[in-house]
Amino acid sequence: MALLEDFSVGLFFWQLLLFIVLLIVLRKYAWKPILGAVEEREKSIEDSLASAEKAREEMERLQADNNRILAEARAERDTILKEAREIKDKMINDAKSEAGSQAEKIIANAKEQIQNEKMAAVTDLKNQVAEMSIEIAELVLGKELSDKSKQGELVKEQLDKFKLN
Amino acid sequence: MQIKRFGFFAFLFALSLTASAGDGHDSHDSHDDHGEKSIKEQINEVKEHHLKDSHSFHLWGDHAKGNSVEFPLPIILWDGQLHFFMSSEFHHQENGVVESKGSHFRLYHSKIYSTDAEGHINYDEEHHVTNEKPIDFSITKTVFSTILVGLLMLWMFGSVAKRYKNDLVPRGLSKFLEPLVILVRDDIARPNIGEKDYKRFMPYLLTVFFFIWIANMIGQTPLGINITGNIAVTFGLALITFFITQFSGKKDYWAHIFWMPGVPYVMRIVLMPIEVLGLFVKPFSLMIRLYANILAGHTVIISIIGLIFVFGAWGAKGAFFGLTFFLSIIELLVAFLQAYIFTMLSALYFGSAVEEHDEHH
Repeated sequence: MALLEDFSVGLFFWQLLLFIVLLIVLRKYAWKPILGAVEEREKSIEDSLASAEKAREEMERLQADNNRILAEARAERDTILKEAREIKDKMINDAKSEAGSQAEKIIANAKEQIQNEKMAAVTDLKNQVAEMSIEIAELVLGKELSDKSKQGELVKEQLDKFKLN
Repeated sequence: MQIKRFGFFAFLFALSLTASAGDGHDSHDSHDDHGEKSIKEQINEVKEHHLKDSHSFHLWGDHAKGNSVEFPLPIILWDGQLHFFMSSEFHHQENGVVESKGSHFRLYHSKIYSTDAEGHINYDEEHHVTNEKPIDFSITKTVFSTILVGLLMLWMFGSVAKRYKNDLVPRGLSKFLEPLVILVRDDIARPNIGEKDYKRFMPYLLTVFFFIWIANMIGQTPLGINITGNIAVTFGLALITFFITQFSGKKDYWAHIFWMPGVPYVMRIVLMPIEVLGLFVKPFSLMIRLYANILAGHTVIISIIGLIFVFGAWGAKGAFFGLTFFLSIIELLVAFLQAYIFTMLSALYFGSAVEEHDEHH
């Protein structure tokens, strides 16, 4: 049989030996480092993708946080502004009402004082008129009355009957 | 696509010319018989010479004319004691007989025989040589080429491995080889062996894949190397696959061979010898497939190259040149395919050996 005749024991021996040596050497110095490197790289790619995804999520979360904080800040600003406005309004109103009442009081005081002054002036005027009347009466009568004070009273009485308004 | 079409037309063209060119050349060949060897005999010789292993590395030139360029390889023989000399010795001696430690050897039709001092070759009635043959451990052309392939692989993958030490990014040679390594891992080992066990078999699968592929590719060069077309080589490879399979066989594997679960007892007895036979048939098919494919490829290519010389017409020469070109490209594909199939089937066998069945069927 040609197939068996072609079979070379020596070739078989060398082939087996060389192949096994090649297998052992390559396993140690080539396949292990190559497969290790490939796996390591695949793992690092996977890790990088995962961490990128995580970073993206983190960023999204941060962004959401930022938005929330911004919204909160805005709301707070609005309330602060509103409060400030209220305070301002209140202060103005207070000041206004205070000023109003003060002015009223001053006016009332002034009126009272005027009244008093007026009353005093009127009284004074009355007295002067009485004296003047007595002097006028003395002059008119030409003679001194015996009871000066009784006469004065009489004139004053008469004058009071006139309302000097 | 274009190559395919070109090859097809070349083939048609060659066929149409064969008929017309054939007649005129038979007479031409017979005419040549008187003087030199006819062209057909020469082609046959080249074919024989190429497909068989050789004890020296022939590069070019004609042996008979004495202008051949070749370099000698070491001869190592064992016939009770060890003999060692270079193959060039056969040409230096007058009658081609080399004397070593009292024994005489002669190279005859690329085989080494023990002879007497004069180098007589004895034949039986059917013209078979009856001389005794020493066991030939020579570093033949194929062994030498195997060493070259091994060194090439060591250099290639050694440098790739070294490159990865500093940088995980593949560059240069790694860029080319890494996809192939990943092909073996992801398309051959993982699906066939399974995620749990595939790592153990990776070194063998990678080595055998690249060894067969590179050996096949070197066989495509004009150096006339034919490593994987030797039955001894493919036998060696198949044997390793066989042993790895058997040694990694788990309980379930052996149970399926000797006592198939889930079938009637009578069938178990019938199945046992079939399964046992299957153990050996599987690696045997690996051996034959690779050997036959590569040998056939080489035979076809050499034959068609021979046809370029057989036919005188320039059209026929061109057509056969085109056909050779086309078939060479197919051979490149076959070189890869055979490496892939051998590795794939080895992985399949390993996978069946380590498989664990949960359910009984």
